[in-house]
Amino acid sequence: MTTMTQPFLSVASLDKTFVLHGQGGLRLEVMRDLSLTLAPGECLVLAGRSGIGKSTLLKMLHGSYRVSGGSLQLHFEDGELELADLSPQAWPALRREVIGYVSQFLRVVPRVPAVEVVMEPLLARGVDAAEARPRAEALLARLNLPERLWSLPPGTFSGGEQQRVNIARGFIGEHPLLLLDEPTASLDAANRDVVVELIREAKARGTAMLGIFHDEDVRERVADRLLPLDRHMLARASAPDAQETP
Amino acid sequence: MKRPQLERPALLEARGVTRLYGPGKGCEDIDFRLHEGEVLGIVGESGSGKSTLLRTLCGMETPDAGRVVYHSDVERCLDGATDDGELDLYAIGEARRRALLRMEWGLVHQNPRDGLRLGVSAGANIGERLMALGDRHYGQLRAAGQDWMGRVELDPGRIDDAPRHFSGGMQQRLQIARTLVTRPRLVFMDEPTGGLDVSVQARLLDMLRTLVRELGLSVVLVTHDLAVARLLADRLMVMCRGRVVEAGLTDQILDDPQHAYTQLLVSSVLTP
Amino acid sequence: MNGYNFAYLDEQTKRMIRRGLLKAVAIPGYQVPFGGREMPMPYGWGTGGMQLTASILGEDDVLKVIDQGADDTTNAVSIRAFFERVAGVETTTATAEADVIQTRHRIPETPLSADQILVFQVPIPEPLRFIEPSEEETRVMHALEEYGVMHVKLYEDIARHGHIATTYAYPVKVDGRYVTDPSPIPKFDNPKLHMSEALMLFGAGREKRLYAIPPHTRVESLDFEDHPFEIQAWDEPCALCGARDSFLDEVITDDVGGRMFVCSDTDYCQRRQEEVA
Repeated sequence: MTTMTQPFLSVASLDKTFVLHGQGGLRLEVMRDLSLTLAPGECLVLAGRSGIGKSTLLKMLHGSYRVSGGSLQLHFEDGELELADLSPQAWPALRREVIGYVSQFLRVVPRVPAVEVVMEPLLARGVDAAEARPRAEALLARLNLPERLWSLPPGTFSGGEQQRVNIARGFIGEHPLLLLDEPTASLDAANRDVVVELIREAKARGTAMLGIFHDEDVRERVADRLLPLDRHMLARASAPDAQETP
Repeated sequence: MKRPQLERPALLEARGVTRLYGPGKGCEDIDFRLHEGEVLGIVGESGSGKSTLLRTLCGMETPDAGRVVYHSDVERCLDGATDDGELDLYAIGEARRRALLRMEWGLVHQNPRDGLRLGVSAGANIGERLMALGDRHYGQLRAAGQDWMGRVELDPGRIDDAPRHFSGGMQQRLQIARTLVTRPRLVFMDEPTGGLDVSVQARLLDMLRTLVRELGLSVVLVTHDLAVARLLADRLMVMCRGRVVEAGLTDQILDDPQHAYTQLLVSSVLTP
Repeated sequence: MNGYNFAYLDEQTKRMIRRGLLKAVAIPGYQVPFGGREMPMPYGWGTGGMQLTASILGEDDVLKVIDQGADDTTNAVSIRAFFERVAGVETTTATAEADVIQTRHRIPETPLSADQILVFQVPIPEPLRFIEPSEEETRVMHALEEYGVMHVKLYEDIARHGHIATTYAYPVKVDGRYVTDPSPIPKFDNPKLHMSEALMLFGAGREKRLYAIPPHTRVESLDFEDHPFEIQAWDEPCALCGARDSFLDEVITDDVGGRMFVCSDTDYCQRRQEEVA
């Protein structure tokens, strides 16, 4: 049924090549000719061997990786927006309003309380703190983060606790396009269920989602379609010098 | 959903700005636009020319070539601006340049001692820019001082203490309060967290982010610290030997650097 | 008068100083540099004021010299004697009879008239000096009217003492333009600067600066809306003449805490006592 609606995102013939100047200008072609469409309310799950660099696509969609070839388009009611050559100054606004991202790792200003970390996407849009706070607290409560942790900075939290702060921060903004990079990796079964619920609610709201899930159970419960990547991913596909890994 | 408004009007522009003390010393042929509400980070190693560029941008150093153009608030109708509010920083004369720095801009020095009067009270430090703009009500000046001390997480009870007796982190917060009290549109920051203890730095970073968001500030931020740049800047310009070698979205510069120098710079960072 | 030019200074120097004075009168409150000469006394004893007096003094002029309001202190007596000797001019202690009055730290209580000139001795002519040591920078600050810092000083006063505690050399704005140091007169005298009938000239010998407040010039004392400028007031009148409108000095009369308040302007006090008697 979702396939009947107009796509919100269409990707055509996407290529990604890294040029490593430190290694004599070595060209590392990691992605070739990837195409997909994604409709509102649809959750497309990237499939493929582990370690082939599925998050490369998410990072290109989030502006963190440059596009080497092909096109990434968002379809708005009043026209298309090409992301491949979007000016850097437009990205922060696009991230604030349209494209949300739940990364594997939490990167925030140290010493900021968890609840404020979660509120931030709303504050960035000009929402009142008085309105943002209860929404953030509700999400943290749903994700079973103990209340005593809310006012503490997440830097010292366990992996699973940090992950839940990250998920809350990703979902609170209700972006029309949400990129999910293994949001359930370090969660227990109960919290995985909460994330599945959150994803289903987002779908119902019409959120288009693109996700990477290692957990097969979660994948089956949220995926509308699978996008096989093996054919398009050519090498280890993370930027060799990337600072992503903590 | 309708396409969101992505482009903001330009606030500050460098057009071919060059300021050289010698071959490769200083900055050369710099072009960029800073937009309203944007935080632009200028990163590079010491000697890359980023501080020279900052001084040139904020009116403290005349460029050898090129222009620095400020798009002033048309409603404020500053002298010397064209009809569309364009102001050529080094063509308007020192008087108006200094007035601009006093009224619409702010400058946060790396060393708070350069931006504060250490011998006069915290309240007078905060009030000075207001008094320069003509505020002549002691009670209101004092209230503004207390309000701003609270905003930068200083104890308002210490409003009558001289910053000489403050710690480095407190001095830096006071300098920020003193700069922002007049609600400038554009703020230049030179290594604002440099020289501070790591724990103090973290609090300051959070405070700066909040203030930038709440006041809708546009910021030009010079830093050699890529972690600070990641947390504060929307966009980065990477400088090397006086030139901009790469510019783009902060995450893209740090996660997918294109230029050989940027790749080297990013891969040289220690991550705990 | 053998061996001296009239009024000690050579005519070229006087001309140079007069040109400076004309400029100073043309730009009220603006500090004009001049080539100060060595005077036969140390800096701090009024060499700036003396050079101005020497430059404007004519043979028929009557000179009065006061120090802290008194005609009989060492400094006043010495300067009066100096001009008697090098210019042969008549001197007086009566304010109303003087054409030129050189003063240190006071303005006479007797209102001055249009044909009188008051010459102030100034130790530090630059009102911004306390905050800005660089002469280059203070000149730019004056040129661009960057005077916010003057109120920083007054703010500090109120923060520390609950009121503006500056009691002398209280900064003024002359003709709505230049912030000026009125020399170390008590702030009690500041209102006398405003719309004065007499020309006021200021000379700083060590700093080699002169400036002027021409007659009928607006002179405002800096203040805050909620802490307006106020002059000193005393609970009791002058113990000698009973004046309630003059600046009083506290005088210790014995070793057991006896004291009294008397006019600092000795001529004014004397005249009132004579009137009563």
